[in-house]
Amino acid sequence: MSETAEHTGHHIDVKEFHPRAQAAIHNPKIRKNFRSAMDGLMSKRKTAFEGWDLETLRDLGANVRLRALANLPELLEQLEKKLTENGIKVHWAVDGDEACRIVRDICKARDAKTVIKGKSMVSEEMELNHYLKAEGIEALESDLGEYIVQLADETPSHIIMPAIHKNTGEISELMHEKTGTDLSNDVEYLTASARQQLREKFMSADVGVSGVNFAVAETGTLCLVENEGNGRMTTTVPKCHIAVTGIEKVVPSMEDVSALLALLTRSATGQHITTYFNMISGPRKAEELDGPEEVHLVLVDNGRSSIYQDDELLDTLRCIRCGACMNHCPVYTRVGGHAYGTTYPGPIGKILMPHLIGLDEGRHLPSASSLCGACGEVCPVKIPIPDLLVRLRQESVDGDNLHPAKVRGHGAKRSSKEALIWKGWAWMHASPGIYRFGTSAATKFRALQPSKAGAWTDYRTAPKLAAKTLHQRMKERGQ
Amino acid sequence: MVDPIKVYPSKPSKVYFYGTCLVDMFYPDAGIAGVELLEREGIEVLFPQDQTCCGQPAYTSGYHDQARSVARAQLDLFPGDWPIVVPSGSCGGMMRKHYPDLFKDTPDEVKAAEVAGRVWELTDFLLNVCHIKLEDLGEPTTVAMHTSCSARREMGVAEVGPKLLGQLKNVNLVEQVRPEECCGFGGTFAVRHPEISGAMVSEKVDALVETGTRQFVTTDCGCLMNIAGYAEKNEKPVEGQHILSFLWSRTRGKGGQQS
Repeated sequence: MSETAEHTGHHIDVKEFHPRAQAAIHNPKIRKNFRSAMDGLMSKRKTAFEGWDLETLRDLGANVRLRALANLPELLEQLEKKLTENGIKVHWAVDGDEACRIVRDICKARDAKTVIKGKSMVSEEMELNHYLKAEGIEALESDLGEYIVQLADETPSHIIMPAIHKNTGEISELMHEKTGTDLSNDVEYLTASARQQLREKFMSADVGVSGVNFAVAETGTLCLVENEGNGRMTTTVPKCHIAVTGIEKVVPSMEDVSALLALLTRSATGQHITTYFNMISGPRKAEELDGPEEVHLVLVDNGRSSIYQDDELLDTLRCIRCGACMNHCPVYTRVGGHAYGTTYPGPIGKILMPHLIGLDEGRHLPSASSLCGACGEVCPVKIPIPDLLVRLRQESVDGDNLHPAKVRGHGAKRSSKEALIWKGWAWMHASPGIYRFGTSAATKFRALQPSKAGAWTDYRTAPKLAAKTLHQRMKERGQ
Repeated sequence: MVDPIKVYPSKPSKVYFYGTCLVDMFYPDAGIAGVELLEREGIEVLFPQDQTCCGQPAYTSGYHDQARSVARAQLDLFPGDWPIVVPSGSCGGMMRKHYPDLFKDTPDEVKAAEVAGRVWELTDFLLNVCHIKLEDLGEPTTVAMHTSCSARREMGVAEVGPKLLGQLKNVNLVEQVRPEECCGFGGTFAVRHPEISGAMVSEKVDALVETGTRQFVTTDCGCLMNIAGYAEKNEKPVEGQHILSFLWSRTRGKGGQQS
């Protein structure tokens, strides 16, 4: 695996999870960058929720999302109506390609050559930058993390902190090489240099593209959470603003936003509130001095409506993209975001990506978890991530005749050999007499126990069989 | 995942003991220690000889048909209405939290939910149902504790082990960094993703060794064979045992006070 293949993100074979994970585990820099960043994020989140009744707040967050999803079709219609009344043009895209074409057509109609972008994971999902580049349109990322990732021709390694895999030294070298800044470990200097370059781009860009955190149906408002002011610049300075978002981001009213916002910023970065909270409700009005002439919203499905069809998988769509699940994930912390090879890494990626790319392509994602439950414990909207991982494992092997598999690519991981092993295992453990005979024979002849047991003993000694089973000892006690 | 409110039963005269397959074959001393502790509390222990495995390995691997056939073989083992105690947060969590889902839409749905509602992790049961009072007879020592993820997050017993150890006057409990982080066992995860699991357990062992103690206790035999197995193979100076073995060895030979 070349360094390029690991980091560019284009045409990454998601199936090659193991070699990428292994490389990351043996890369001390990756291990250190993620460990220290995740430790910091976990501690900030904990502090931010001090004094809050977190469980009640999480219940509220979950219920807000559940209620919105329960009425999703109606809310989307209401949203479209309100946005249209507000002068925002609404577009619907069935997948990433269609969403890219819509953005391109809007750009072409304005004869736009340059696009400035605020942070948007949906645009990553669409691979918008590459699409536009091929169409002769330059797209520049303006979120500092995304800017760094774009300079390095990489993909984000975290949904909130895209360049978290790099330390200051690496960023300094990258900026020096690509933009001619001085080598420096002074974060202020590096940030100021990036800002200087971005300011010029903001002034000259033809179109601004942003994501959306919450789309409010009742008022037709697009809410955007950010810290750097780049989101506000992106959505106000260029003459045309195109927002892209997933269809699940709609909520009924502004009241719903307050609970979700309180949870989002604390869960994500441990902030009580972000520096900027933008509410976009239309293009510039006749009497106004600034703001874009045109505002568009592209509502992207890309597999979401198929998730919506299943009562259990539906919970995946509650996600508000805070990233707390990856911050607390012991697997993500060890392998980093790029090992997954997917737009969304970590626990949320493991339950979301199989729907976007299919379980054949994403076959290793659901199993790459110890099911420790840390993700479900911190999720601000209480997505039962471990349960959904188990569901996807069942789908991967078509392991439940009672509840037939439904997800695209199901059964991709089923092997007749493994299925046979589990059948044999089930036969033995569903037959108490055979189980007792087998286990007492194993302990009786424990001297013959091999010292190696596959991958287990690569890292550990094999557990030692007892002289007698608990069954035998309890029987001897007369129980 | 944890119940918002746990309603403990009053102390019963009998319990069903569900030993788990790992205790059965590899750590029967931990099972016997649990039985001894219960009996010292004046509880009669019923051990259904037809018990095998809760079905979790197949369940978490996605083979739910096989998990269900094994789990179904356990459902008839507890005909009375006594609590079912399990010396493992993981197997306890499987039975208490996942049996209802596993048997949903089957003729055993009601029975599975009824059995699930009677399942208790054994240390939780000793502390909060038996109100056990431990009298420490051992020499002064230091110990660290690793609470399994399922004991912590599915069964909600993170406070229980430290409270029980806190009753032992000569035992100094030390805490490793990131006590709530997974040791990397995760059942078949450890062999499906050996490098990731290996990286996790190596950091867990380092964290335990850094406390300066030479021993740790844990609620679950999966974590035990993972952490102690890694320490042994890599000659790290820390040994482990099930918390029940430790509690029994510190207090054996004395009748506990009845609550």
